[in-house]
Amino acid sequence: MINGPNIRTEPMTVNIGPQHPSTHGVFRLRVTFDGEEILQVEPIFGYLHRGTEKLAEERNYTQVVTLTDRLDYVSSMINNQAYCLAVEKLLGVEAPMRGKYLRTLAAELQRIAAHLMGIGFILQDLGTLGTPLMYCFRSRERILDLFEMLCGARITVSYMRPGGVFFDAPPDFWPALEQFLRDFDEEYKELGQLILENEIVMVRTRGVSYLPLEAAINGSVSGPVLRASGLGWDWRKVEPYDAYDLVEFDVPVPPYNPAGGDNYDRFWVRVQEIRQSVRIIRQCAAQIEPGPVRAAVPLVLRPEPGAEAYGRVEASKGELAFYLVSDGGISPYRCKIRSPSLLNLTVTEHLLVGWKLADMIVTLGSVDINMGEVDR
Amino acid sequence: MALLQLSGPELAWRVGDAVADSVDCWSDDALWVCPAAIAGVAGFLRQDGELDFQYLNAISAIDYIGHFELVYHLTSFRKGHKATIRARLAGRENLWAPSVYHLWRGADFQEREIWDLMGIRFEGHPNMKRIMLWEGFEGHPLRKDYL
Repeated sequence: MINGPNIRTEPMTVNIGPQHPSTHGVFRLRVTFDGEEILQVEPIFGYLHRGTEKLAEERNYTQVVTLTDRLDYVSSMINNQAYCLAVEKLLGVEAPMRGKYLRTLAAELQRIAAHLMGIGFILQDLGTLGTPLMYCFRSRERILDLFEMLCGARITVSYMRPGGVFFDAPPDFWPALEQFLRDFDEEYKELGQLILENEIVMVRTRGVSYLPLEAAINGSVSGPVLRASGLGWDWRKVEPYDAYDLVEFDVPVPPYNPAGGDNYDRFWVRVQEIRQSVRIIRQCAAQIEPGPVRAAVPLVLRPEPGAEAYGRVEASKGELAFYLVSDGGISPYRCKIRSPSLLNLTVTEHLLVGWKLADMIVTLGSVDINMGEVDR
Repeated sequence: MALLQLSGPELAWRVGDAVADSVDCWSDDALWVCPAAIAGVAGFLRQDGELDFQYLNAISAIDYIGHFELVYHLTSFRKGHKATIRARLAGRENLWAPSVYHLWRGADFQEREIWDLMGIRFEGHPNMKRIMLWEGFEGHPLRKDYL
C-alpha cells in the first residue's frame, strides 16, 4: 500500500545554517520542503552585522578604507577602489595615471581571485571534495602573494587611498606578475578542461534554477548573475572609471534563453570573465608609465559641506557603490554601502522554489554571496 | 557609452505633469517629491515609455536631525539614463513612507534595512520587520541620536 489515494506527504520546515559549511558564511535559510521539493524559502541574515556604516561616521575619510576591506573580504581591492572613487568624486580630485593603472590592475587581479573562489566553491557544493577547489586556490594563492608585494597584506589590503594608491609597486613586482600570468595561462587551461566540459557539472547545473531577465532586473540583481540572465551590463563599460576606458575587454554573456540564466550560465560567466581580467591586466602592465601614484591630497580630508557622491564600480559580485554625504567634517556624515551580495539575495525565492534540496546548495553557490558584504 | 543623468527640472516637469501634487522641489540633478506620493511617482517612472526606470540601484536614508531624507537611485538599461529621486520626511517620530516593493522587488531588503537601522516604516511592505538586528532590539542605530 505504498501508492494510493490515501498516501500524503506533510510539509516540513528545516533550518539550514547559520553554522553550515555550504551556506558560505553565517547565512541561514528557513526552508519548507515537501519531500525533496522546496515549497517556501526565507533567507535570514544579520549574524555578521558589524555596523560598518555607523563605524564609518566615526573615522576620517582615509581610515574608512580599512573598513571596506572587511565587506566582501575575498575582494578587498575592489572595495577599496569603490570607496576611493566615491571620495574622489566628493572632493573633485582624480588619481594620476599611474595610480589609475595600478588600481585597475590590482582590482582585476582581485576579480580573478574572487571568481576562482566562486567557481571552486560551486564545484565543492557539487560534491567534488577538494580537488578542483585546490586547483582554484593554487592560483589564488599566487595572486595573494602579488598583493603582499604591493602592500604587505594578503586579504585586508587597504592598498588604495583617495587620490590613488598609497605606494608604488616595487621593482620585483613586475617580473613576478609576468611569471604569474605565464603560469596562470596553463593553470587556466587545465582548470577549464577539468570543469567546463565536465559531465557532472553539466548534468547537475544545466537547466537548474532559471532566473529570467525580467525577474533579475526587478530584483535589483547585478554582476555575473544579471549577465548570466542575458543582459551584458557591466559598469566598467557603462561608466568607465580608473583605466577601464583605456583597455580593451569584452563582457561575456551566454546565449539568450527566454527561460533565463541557469546555474551553468552563472558559473560559465565567471569562468569567461577571468580570461577578460587577464587581458586587462596584460594591457595595464604594457601601458603603465612612470609617474606619481597619488594625487596631492591632504592627510585629513574635508569635503565641502553638503557635498554628495555616489561612487560605484563593477565588483566581483555586482554593482558595489558607496553613497557618501559630507557635512564639511573630517568623517563622512553618511556612508551608505550598496551591497551587491545583499541585493542578489532578493531573488532567492525565485531561484529555489520548486527545485530540489540537492540543487539548493549549488544554486546558492552559483549566486556567490559573501556574508561580510550582505550584513556589513 | 556613458549613462545620462536626467536633470532635476526635466524630471520635475515630467513627473509634475503625470502625478498631481507630487513635486516638492528640485536641484540640478535630483528631484524631491512629497513623501505621500512616492509610490505614485515610482509607478510612473517605471511604466512611462520615455523614462522606463526598470532598475532600482539603491534606496538610502539620511538623518539630517531636523528631518530625514530618502534617496532613490534609478537606472534605465534600455534608455541608458539614470535619475535621483529624493523625499524629505519631517520630524523624528512615527516616520513612514509608501513602499515601492510591488514595483521593484529589489526594494524588499533595503526598505527593511531602513526600518531596522533608521526607523522609517514603509507602508505596503508585506514583511516589515527588522533585518540585521533581532526583533526586540531597542532603537535604530544609524540615527544620529543613537549613542
